[in-house]
Amino acid sequence: MWKHHTKLEKHSLPLVISILIVVSIGGIIEIAPLFWLESTIEKVEGVRPYTPLELAGRDIYIREGCYTCHSQMVRPLRDEVERYGHYSLAAESMYDHPFQWGSKRTGPDLARVGGKYSDAWHKDHLIDPRSVVPESVMPPYAFLAEKELDYRDIKEKIRAMTRVGVPYTQEMIDNAAEDLETQADPFASPTQFQARYGAKTLKRDFDGEPEKITEMDALVAYLQMLGTLVDFSTYQAQAPENRR
Amino acid sequence: MANRETDEVTGVDTTGHEWDGIRELDNPLPRWWLYMFWAGIAAAVVYWVLMPAWPGVSGYTRGVLSQSDRADVAVALKDLQTIRGAQAAKLKNATLEQIEADPELQAYAQAVGQSVFGDNCATCHGVGGVGAKGYANLRDDVWLWGGSLEQIHHTIQVGIRSDNPQSRMSQMPAFGRDQMLTSAQINDLTEYVVALSGRTADAAAVRRAAPIYQEQCSACHAADGTGDQAQGAPNLTDQEWLYGSARADIQGQIWNGRGGVMPSWQSRFDPETLKALAVYIHSNAGGQ
Ligand code: HEC
Ligand code: HEC
Ligand code: HEC
Repeated sequence: MWKHHTKLEKHSLPLVISILIVVSIGGIIEIAPLFWLESTIEKVEGVRPYTPLELAGRDIYIREGCYTCHSQMVRPLRDEVERYGHYSLAAESMYDHPFQWGSKRTGPDLARVGGKYSDAWHKDHLIDPRSVVPESVMPPYAFLAEKELDYRDIKEKIRAMTRVGVPYTQEMIDNAAEDLETQADPFASPTQFQARYGAKTLKRDFDGEPEKITEMDALVAYLQMLGTLVDFSTYQAQAPENRR
Repeated sequence: MANRETDEVTGVDTTGHEWDGIRELDNPLPRWWLYMFWAGIAAAVVYWVLMPAWPGVSGYTRGVLSQSDRADVAVALKDLQTIRGAQAAKLKNATLEQIEADPELQAYAQAVGQSVFGDNCATCHGVGGVGAKGYANLRDDVWLWGGSLEQIHHTIQVGIRSDNPQSRMSQMPAFGRDQMLTSAQINDLTEYVVALSGRTADAAAVRRAAPIYQEQCSACHAADGTGDQAQGAPNLTDQEWLYGSARADIQGQIWNGRGGVMPSWQSRFDPETLKALAVYIHSNAGGQ
């Protein structure tokens, strides 16, 4: 049988195809089941799709490469839980496309940074990290405070998310731009917006510049909701179906 | 094509191919390598039996050990609680006098407080709590919201202008931005505040500002300028400033009425940790 191997070795196309088949077996066995196994994502209360403003902020997070220094996954290890809070659940990133788990930690993990600081602190810190943390090596992102958010394509962005399985409703898609403006405006009526995204959703002028919606607004709105969705008082960490 | 022959120098067979006069020896794999390879496969089979491994249609094999990272971390955290247990429980119910009378408890609270402070508070309050513009200095004996152990504990628990429903709340009006006072009046008030803190100021402006101060500011900062901790209104007669002592800083605050926000920490830490933080800050500042 091994003699036939020489035939493969002498023909590059069959060889490449055979290599692909062999290599993909591992991938198929490891990855494919995650799509049908119920236990991949635990059932929890509170996780919702990103609001349009948060989604825009997430895009800025990715555009600026914040993930090159920050992970977004608290590992189930004692020291991590002691420092950052409850370990991350798969459900918390189920609407992340792509997810931001990461393993590079030049800065701290951000999976539970929501609510840890004030909006003003985030703004100061992003404009000049060393103004609040003198020994920081994080680069400044001062332009975010000036640059107005370009959200002309927010509706299309949200529609694209539905294509990869995020359950935005038609109503959410149709009102994307209005919802984005509402969330950044403390005086706009919250009824419609909060009916769509939940009453706990933060709604205020995140960057302290009421006249315009900046990229800072979007990024701070995103940072302030990270890790705050799941209600851990109702989550049964030790229930058999949640064992991992 | 199999033109195998024995190489004269090494006594090993060749593979039989020849390219441009170069032939290849067909040495067997090193034995140690081959045995490791087989051992690796055997270890994988053992692993499948012991650990969660094979996916199925509705679940996966849990393994004989039924290992679970989440169960392990729960155990590790429980162990940690047992290690801390005695001191932590004592701390939870101790009064300030009891803590001060018990050096061991005091040292424990200090140690816990210091490490939690470094991870969570130093980013705003500075290393060790020395403060920065807009972020209260926690090492001096000047307090916005009160410096007793209970008051500090409460501040940490509920936050200041935070989204906690019980948060400490108050808001100085933006006298300039919201056009409640004219620029001239604000300039006069700035001189008045400078005079309150014992520095030399324009006497005429101070005289003009006195009635405005009594009308607009005294409800919070008190008639004599010593402030009101119930409303977090700073004492304007001391030398400690939240937003800076310069005239421009004072004027800026009267104009904009900034209100510092500190998050609530109740849901992030357990009660013992909150108490330890309060003890740490209280003793650091030589609190009241
Ligand atoms: C070169 C690496 C680097 C990059 C890129 C970077 N950071 Fe950081 N970040 C750090 C470091 C180091 C710290 C810790 C010191 C500090 O607080 O500034 C930090 C701290 C933070 C914190 C505070 C976390 C906490 O819990 O204290 C936040 C929030 C944050 N970064 C957000 C961002 C965002 C948003 C971006 C992208 C716009 C970004 N970072 C890009 C290195 C980086
Ligand atoms: C987002 C930044 C931020 C973080 C993080 C923060 N604080 Fe504060 N803290 C503030 C600000 C701002 C004030 C002053 C509020 C005001 O202007 O009234 C303050 C005030 C206080 C006070 C009251 C001081 C006084 O004079 O009455 C205490 C006590 C305090 N902080 C403790 C803590 C502790 C303990 C932590 C960590 C668990 C912490 N803070 C984390 C921003 C922060
Ligand atoms: C409703 C209550 C209230 C009123 C009225 C008020 N203040 Fe204040 N003031 C505050 C509070 C609260 C702060 C602290 C803000 C913070 O913690 O961020 C403050 C801060 C200040 C500061 C900054 C002190 C520092 O340490 O940097 C100055 C100066 C000041 N007030 C002056 C005035 C003057 C002058 C008036 C009258 C025109 C006035 N305030 C009216 C509540 C009030």
